[in-house]
Amino acid sequence: MVNCFKMQAATTASKVLGITVWLAAGVNVLSLISLIGYILAQGIPYLSWELFALEYTTQNVSLFPALVDTLLMVAVALSLAAPIGIGTAIYFVEYAKKGNKFVSIMDMTTDTLAGIPSVVYGLFGLLFFVIYLQMGYSLLAGACTVAIMILPMIIRTTEEALQAVPISYREESYALGANKLRTVLVVVLPAAVPGILAGIILSIGRIMGETAALVYTAGTVAQLPEDLFSSGRSLAVHLYVLASEGLFMEQAFATAVVLVIITVIINGASTWMAGKLMRGN
Amino acid sequence: MNLQKDKFFRNSFFCIAFVSVVAVVMICSFLFVGGMPALEKIGVMKFLLGTRWRPSSELYGILPMILGSMYVTMCALIFGVPIGILTAIFMARFCPRKLYRFFKPIVELMAGIPSVIYGFFGLVVLVPLVRDNFGGTGSSLLTAALLLGIMILPTIVTVAEAALRAVPESYYEGALALGADHVRSVFFTIVPAAKSGLVAAIILGLGRAVGETMAVIMVAGNQARMPQGLLEGVRTMTTNIVIEMGYATDLHYDALIATALVLFLFIVLLNLSFAYFKGGMFGNG
Repeated sequence: MVNCFKMQAATTASKVLGITVWLAAGVNVLSLISLIGYILAQGIPYLSWELFALEYTTQNVSLFPALVDTLLMVAVALSLAAPIGIGTAIYFVEYAKKGNKFVSIMDMTTDTLAGIPSVVYGLFGLLFFVIYLQMGYSLLAGACTVAIMILPMIIRTTEEALQAVPISYREESYALGANKLRTVLVVVLPAAVPGILAGIILSIGRIMGETAALVYTAGTVAQLPEDLFSSGRSLAVHLYVLASEGLFMEQAFATAVVLVIITVIINGASTWMAGKLMRGN
Repeated sequence: MNLQKDKFFRNSFFCIAFVSVVAVVMICSFLFVGGMPALEKIGVMKFLLGTRWRPSSELYGILPMILGSMYVTMCALIFGVPIGILTAIFMARFCPRKLYRFFKPIVELMAGIPSVIYGFFGLVVLVPLVRDNFGGTGSSLLTAALLLGIMILPTIVTVAEAALRAVPESYYEGALALGADHVRSVFFTIVPAAKSGLVAAIILGLGRAVGETMAVIMVAGNQARMPQGLLEGVRTMTTNIVIEMGYATDLHYDALIATALVLFLFIVLLNLSFAYFKGGMFGNG
């Protein structure tokens, strides 16, 4: 960055500190590369078409039903959380008055939601959705639980995207005679779409990788679901069960590969989307 | 007429925004209502300070798990904080622009990798590594701390980088003008000025480590006894819930909810202190 004064003679202490900083950054890269590299190298040989068989049997621990469960839960959770999350962000950015006591309380609760560990969400999902609302161990209960969990993520990313839209857009819209709602929905929101999508893609990743919140809400049944009220394990739960049983380590490695690849793709897509927002403005 | 319409939509958006408040209130009340009976029956002090967790003989003391969580988290911070803060300093002040374009996505990817993948990596790589180099079974406090140390890096790096970037450029330039070199200017003016934000980053990392479940379950051994040492197994509050929830009934079941309640209060406390330090950051009033 601002390295134009680098020419000055550096003392030994400065040199050592400078090198330490580079080393620390190296540790990050190294740990990520070794994690992904190891899982890919060990797991790819075990990827086979049988793992994507329609049915899960004790001979062939297919991950296909888990994949279907995961996608179903992502779809349901997003259709619940996305409208609420985006609406909340619109309220925060476009309507709420700065400095209002109540608004800052709402802001705090969003931070609180973001900080709650997934196992606590899981327990709440069990107490509320599974038992109190009598959904039983079901995809629906799991989806509702993770929907609350990803809410803060969607709110925060949408907020950022809305704030990135220049004030002049809004002023010009008012000048043309549009009212507040029209301005928000027709002018501001479309301009913020890439940023909002980037956040939604990230939350898809969060759901895909969730385990602790789903074990006691969606359950661990490994067969294809009949409807949203059947129990089913997500891909991450599938990996956890296989790895902790220790009987199908090869399949566990293959499942880990699938999860890692999905994560990489999702993160890439999100970064690409966020980049589009930056270029757009 | 238009004004009335505007008011209507303002109120509708307010109602939507209110959902997250309702969610927090419901999570609180369900945990309190679910956990209170156990606290009453067992006794708060006996529950919090009891050193034995043996549901089969009606002994419910969660001190082993509280200490387990604390030790694992503290050790994880010993690994994670120096590396995380230094990496943030690297990204904010040392990283060439071209390298940054690769580096930022790497940190984001680290944050996006599911905890069960970290856990699996810990199980197949770190556990044997610790077993072969330090002895013991490998499933230990040390292994869990190493793994958590890696897992909290992206959290610490992201928040700390934002804190460092919020320091006004004039601080850096002033130090240069006084004759300090680049490294000194960064470490002796920017870093101290960003102190509040750096503490916030550490607290957020701490919260992440305390709340982590699946990765810890797979590498920590999970014995429900007082922590015995770095190379012995430990059980944390989070893992206690997941391991026993499947078959717990009656008082045992309530005691697990009470464990979650204690964990929740821990996290809320951390969040409050995070908000406090974040408020002290540049650009945040």
